[in-house]
Amino acid sequence: MYSEKVMDHFSNPRNVGEIENPSGVGTVGNAKCGDIMKIFLDIDNGVIRDVKFKTFGCGAAIATSSMATEMIKGKTLKEALKLTNKAVAEALDGLPEVKMHCSLLAEEAVKAAIEDYIAKNPDAPME
Amino acid sequence: MRKVYMDYAATTYVKPEVLSEMLPYYGSIYGNAHSVHSYGREAAKAMELARSRVANAIGALDREIFFTSGGTESDNWAIRGVVSASKKGKHIITSQIEHHAVLHTCEQLQKEGYEVTYLPVDEYGTVSLDALKAAIRPDTALISIMFANNEIGTIQPIAQIGKIAKENNIVFHTDAVQAIGHEPIDVNEMNIDLLSISAHKIHGPKGIGALYVRKGVRINNLMYGGAQERGKRPGTDNTPLAVGFGKAIELACTDLEARNMALTEKRYQILNGVMSRISNVRLNGHPINRLPGNLNFSFSFIEGEALLLSLDLKGIAASSGSACTSGSLDPSHVLLAIGLPHEVAHGSLRVTIGDDTTQEEIDYFLRELPPIIERLRAMSPLTVED
Repeated sequence: MYSEKVMDHFSNPRNVGEIENPSGVGTVGNAKCGDIMKIFLDIDNGVIRDVKFKTFGCGAAIATSSMATEMIKGKTLKEALKLTNKAVAEALDGLPEVKMHCSLLAEEAVKAAIEDYIAKNPDAPME
Repeated sequence: MRKVYMDYAATTYVKPEVLSEMLPYYGSIYGNAHSVHSYGREAAKAMELARSRVANAIGALDREIFFTSGGTESDNWAIRGVVSASKKGKHIITSQIEHHAVLHTCEQLQKEGYEVTYLPVDEYGTVSLDALKAAIRPDTALISIMFANNEIGTIQPIAQIGKIAKENNIVFHTDAVQAIGHEPIDVNEMNIDLLSISAHKIHGPKGIGALYVRKGVRINNLMYGGAQERGKRPGTDNTPLAVGFGKAIELACTDLEARNMALTEKRYQILNGVMSRISNVRLNGHPINRLPGNLNFSFSFIEGEALLLSLDLKGIAASSGSACTSGSLDPSHVLLAIGLPHEVAHGSLRVTIGDDTTQEEIDYFLRELPPIIERLRAMSPLTVED
């Protein structure tokens, strides 16, 4: 049911972990629903230098976390905010219909982490 | 890659001796059991042997056994057939942890004007007899309580429930799909009026089951057609499947006690192995009063589907009550009914073993599981402090 790419990102997820003193942190989902994504960003001058994640969730949740972090690494905040769940799912060669909400969670986690950074640094550059 | 099957409660392989009895009925003995000629008579003879083997397994009369397409049809038929024929009233008593074949039938009947009481269960998944007695009303037409639970393995006090039902003159149905071939069943001793069973859980073929209906119990048909199954379940007899079911149930009920003991020993080995190697884990279901081959764990901080996928990558087949494996957003209704919080229910793993489970397979499972749990926990934002 999962593509090879999903299984690859599930088996060898990229960017797992935490960042000490992160520039921004975003947590979305809740344990009740069986999905929690936490994304940590290290931002320097409008650019995402490093990103890490921790996820409680199914195979698709872990794979989309991994892929979403890969897609925003090295990008400007402005570019990262354009990340869509559709793009994450496409980069994984598609997700089963019932798992599309997992990719939405990844998009939301990235946005939440960037918003957290902006709230703390209202005058920081976006690119 | 090594492959280890630990999902015997989902289904089982067809035993070679079962298949070899079935095969002639796909080939030379292909008659319609209701034809008068020699082809038909041969098929009819096979049907009657199969029926008698099923009847013997549960202490019933041959004429009380009706072949169906499986457990789901048996459950649907038992419940709908009895309540629609009942003159007592429109009230049904069942439990919160029934299989969906029972629960969803009851939910549909509620839409059609029936009233249903869903009895709660305790932390081990056992129905309270006092709660059952309290739920009985003058218009209660049916009590339907499963023999043993498919997810957590808990065995219900069926004989006592049967006694209560009889004392109150209420028809009693039990879904024994998981129990057959594991627990001794006697429909008379236990006062069971209707009982659902299925072949594929006991090394028989998929697509056939049976409903036992005690002589004298009023039941309406689900379907209408020919005179098969004494006019109660029409459709051309599926002779090869019935033959396979008959053989499988005979094998499954042979040496039951010795096989259960061996299976229970293996179960404790896995249980002790998991408990000693992994922290923050709980056993779901009754510690003792459970199906011999059933284990159901909840591992904190991780999600069940991710666990199943990881096990599958190591060739180990198991199942889970997580939402992600059920196709809905809610985890298993059984795990919620025994009081697990959602997040703990999401991290459940059902391991069901069988007679063929080997020592090597158990060792392999116990070796592979801990690093998988550790890896997923390292990835999880949840910790003991949460």
